[in-house]
Amino acid sequence: MTDLSVRIGALTLANPVMPASGTFGEGMARALDLDRLGAFVTKTITRELRLGNPLPRVAETAGGMLNSIGIPSQGVAHFLEHTLPFFAAYAPPLIASISAPTAEGFASLAAALSVPGVAAIEANISCPNLEADGQAFAMREASTGAAVRALRTATALPLWVKLTPNVGEIAPVARAAEDAGADALVVANTILALSIDIETFRPRLGNVLGGLSGPAIKPIVLRQVWQCARAVRIPVIGCGGISDAADAVEYLLAGASAVQVGTASFRDPTVMVGIIAGLDRFCERHDLPRLADLTGAMRTEETDEPELAWVSPVA
Amino acid sequence: MTGAATVQQTEVLESTALNAEYHRLRVRAAAPAATARPGQFFQLLCPASPAGTPFLRRPMSVFGADPAAGEVSFLFKVTGLGTRGLAGLRAGETLDLLGPLGNGFTLDPAWRHIVALGRGAGLATLAPLGAAARGAGMGVSAILSARRPTLMVADDAFRAAGAEVTLVTDAEGTSGPAHVERLLRGLIAAGRCDALFTCGSARLLEVVRRLAQGFGIPAQVALEQQMACGLGMCFCCVRAFRVDGQVLHRRVCYDGPVFDAREALE
Repeated sequence: MTDLSVRIGALTLANPVMPASGTFGEGMARALDLDRLGAFVTKTITRELRLGNPLPRVAETAGGMLNSIGIPSQGVAHFLEHTLPFFAAYAPPLIASISAPTAEGFASLAAALSVPGVAAIEANISCPNLEADGQAFAMREASTGAAVRALRTATALPLWVKLTPNVGEIAPVARAAEDAGADALVVANTILALSIDIETFRPRLGNVLGGLSGPAIKPIVLRQVWQCARAVRIPVIGCGGISDAADAVEYLLAGASAVQVGTASFRDPTVMVGIIAGLDRFCERHDLPRLADLTGAMRTEETDEPELAWVSPVA
Repeated sequence: MTGAATVQQTEVLESTALNAEYHRLRVRAAAPAATARPGQFFQLLCPASPAGTPFLRRPMSVFGADPAAGEVSFLFKVTGLGTRGLAGLRAGETLDLLGPLGNGFTLDPAWRHIVALGRGAGLATLAPLGAAARGAGMGVSAILSARRPTLMVADDAFRAAGAEVTLVTDAEGTSGPAHVERLLRGLIAAGRCDALFTCGSARLLEVVRRLAQGFGIPAQVALEQQMACGLGMCFCCVRAFRVDGQVLHRRVCYDGPVFDAREALE
């Protein structure tokens, strides 16, 4: 019997598989035994009521999809009165995903949601920052640090920080979040993308740009998880294109302590249960008593440093 | 939305092209799929076709569900990537479906006569409602609209259920909103319209909404929208509704697909 449990800071999860924010909700209970999951992650909550973006909000691409939903949110009261009691009936810890247009907005929202029944805050700092010309907080070390510092003072709950993949160098942003007090990183959000209907000459999304998710992005985000896991001491939760247990193992080997599954649940809402069972079989096949030992277990050559000799060859 | 929805591998029993545009599929399916109610839908994993392979499932309303026989059927217009793949399925092949999903039509036992008004692929959604209403002892008047008579579908299902069927088409100049409204007003005046049901046309929905509001008649509409998850999680399939003077968004997959037609906005 493999021990599938993982530790994310102070929080112990029965297994490493949880939904990605925005791909989970009460409706999944109709298709899946929710108690099998390692944790629940809510759709992102904002303080204000938001209708969301113009339609169409999703578009298919090769090996994935674009979305620009625009975080429709029913606000804090709805979460406290409806969402929280619904999930209180289940065993897995509930992670509240939040977003705000300012660092202070993040802090006050985190404080409002630091209530019994919420096990951790996942700060979605991949959203536009009104204080920085709409750039996502997570696109800059400074704005990442400012948002996470404000969050850290506002809540005693474990603080997960969800990074954007839309950066040149992700490791410095990861370090900024860790230095500001994050307990874990979620790597990553969707990749900014565009798709155009060549018959109508129109973008396939009402918002023009959207986020690419699904199998197409897995190798890119896997690389970023590896880069982040090398850069920080806090746990990294991998999120990007995971569709089966093999994908999840790859993320663990790259340094993730847990994984989030999103787009794959749209094709098969039971896929997370299948991934958990597949991880168990994988560990048995490899005689691993503890799944957590897979984290960061990728084997490389003697040196951990990339071979750079070709950059400036010695004569 | 309540009740279990399962992912099921079903065997295709029949795959038939009905005319130049429409196709019918019948599959062997166990409960809960075979217990699907009129107005509910399934998310179908559509197979590859020469046009490509859809990444996401496609929503498809139930045309027929027979729990005793363990069968579910779909009737659809072949238009895009998903439906082309579905139309290519042959008897004996496998169709992966998720469902049943969403809230179906509701029938008030106090109603004695209902009117179903639909167009195009929407007729497939209304057909099982006609049968259910007849089964509950209600009279059913069906006004069925199509571009031309050879593209009419589901009229045979309405007739088999004992509905009084009126066909209107663009080709014959009988499908315009003004003419349809006259037909509906005649049924209302005759006391044969305790409730209105519609699907498949924004113009017909507009007529239904106006008459339902004017005469205080209950009215239900089955709406369509592009979907991703089908379980109310992704919020891509919202549509606008006016409720108590306020415009709000509801998810077609989870809050619907059947809604109060008096609240639906185009």
